Amino acid sequence: MIELITTAPEWVIQLIITIIKIVIVLHVMLLGASGMVWLERKASAWMQYRSGPNRVGPFGLLQPFADVIKLVFKEDIVPDNANKTYHFLAPLISISVVISVYAVLPFGDYITLFGRNISLAVAPNMNIGLLYIFAMSSLGVYGITLAGWSSNNKYSLLGGLRSSAQMISYEICMGVSIIGVLMISGTLDLTEIVYKQDGMMWNVFFQPIGFIIFLVASFAETNRAPFDLPEAEPELVGGYHTEYSGMKFGTFFLVEYSHIILASSILTVLFFGGWTLPVKLEVLQSLGIPAYPGAPLTVLLQAGSFFTKMGFFCFFFVWVRWSLPRFRYDQLMNLGWKIFLPLALANILLTGIGVSVFNAYFR
Amino acid sequence: MANVTKNTEAQRLNFWEKLYLPEIARGLGLTFKAMFKPNMTRQYPEERWEPEGSYRGRPVLVQEEDGERCVACGLCSRVCPALAIEVQAGETDKEKERFPKLFEINMLRCIYCGFCEEVCPEEAIVMSKDYELVFTSPEDAIYGKDKLLIPVAKLQDRLEFLRQYK
Repeated sequence: MIELITTAPEWVIQLIITIIKIVIVLHVMLLGASGMVWLERKASAWMQYRSGPNRVGPFGLLQPFADVIKLVFKEDIVPDNANKTYHFLAPLISISVVISVYAVLPFGDYITLFGRNISLAVAPNMNIGLLYIFAMSSLGVYGITLAGWSSNNKYSLLGGLRSSAQMISYEICMGVSIIGVLMISGTLDLTEIVYKQDGMMWNVFFQPIGFIIFLVASFAETNRAPFDLPEAEPELVGGYHTEYSGMKFGTFFLVEYSHIILASSILTVLFFGGWTLPVKLEVLQSLGIPAYPGAPLTVLLQAGSFFTKMGFFCFFFVWVRWSLPRFRYDQLMNLGWKIFLPLALANILLTGIGVSVFNAYFR
Repeated sequence: MANVTKNTEAQRLNFWEKLYLPEIARGLGLTFKAMFKPNMTRQYPEERWEPEGSYRGRPVLVQEEDGERCVACGLCSRVCPALAIEVQAGETDKEKERFPKLFEINMLRCIYCGFCEEVCPEEAIVMSKDYELVFTSPEDAIYGKDKLLIPVAKLQDRLEFLRQYK
């Protein structure tokens, strides 16, 4: 076995490593999504003086699995006069878009196994990483619009239209708010952006306005409360997934929660230093802790750092949902176009001045 | 447009409220505090609620040591607004001379108003504390004497309540 690995051509090894990484990331993501379902139900219960799911497994932790089993065995109903192809395609588009974005997210630095430095991202050092994320996540709107349109239901259609208008508007704010970060780090490569933030040099300290705009825009992008207009229950029944049942609905459900995890991960990577530890590795080494680059302990600490920050944002998404009422449609558009877009542009100007002053006098 | 007084949201709010963020932070603080407060719900099958004597659960017939109190006068059946009670009288050798040969309450019809209890001259039909009513078919919902007769010892709370307030 060992000889086979050492004698195999380089591309075969790379392929195997990548496949293993994909499998791990996919499973972590899907498990994380079910964890999010649990967290949402539990946290909402706590905020409303209830106890939430507590029957299936310890603390109700197996509740999402029970839900999925139920959804899988439910009848899959496709409405008459629905466009069957697109009706089937919509959830697939939604989920594949979300999954593919996970490819560029760095969960840690690198791990040294069998004398090899294996980076903890499926596609590490992708020099257009951030652009790729934005390109893929804006494709997500197709899934929702197609779902709304192909269902042959006015409520679904309205939900789909609202979501496309909302997502396109906020995509702009999101893209513009991120430019400040790019100016500071000078790269689109997520791995590089994380390296630049090592030693508590988190971007959120230099880009507070950009961070707030990005945070709010990511709420709108994930279609979460207070911007969950596409599925506003009292107005639109279920929004774009009114006519979906069984596991197709389950897929939309999964997409919503994977989207939250994704948005939390991007927030962590861009503004909160990704997997970097609060203290530099050299400090840990001088204390006698074997935290050398690539050592298992370092990887564990880094992944722990990443998942702690990400977990906080996941909770934040849930927390906000159960605290704030839904925005009205015109309020949403006013906020996006009249407040956030000018603010984001002003942020670019300020950052530009700041960066050039820094480069001229302090370097 | 002369007499239109503007009172829009933007005019009512002050600067900090218009910023949303401090108010949102306040709201988030409220929900966060709520997370650590004790629950108001009850874990039902394990923790059951014991109602007070004033509770109107399912109507039952009071059973003394020598049989039911009911004399089959039929007043409860007459007063029942949902027509849920059926009584058929029979004769007995005891002092009260009459007894219900058949006494049925259709629990799907019963609305728990308590009129039967109020009208009963013998205090023979009272509202119990039983609120767990489950049937699997309409036929099961018709409770006969076997289910309605409850020993007087178990109904002391309600009888005490009736003595005080009726």
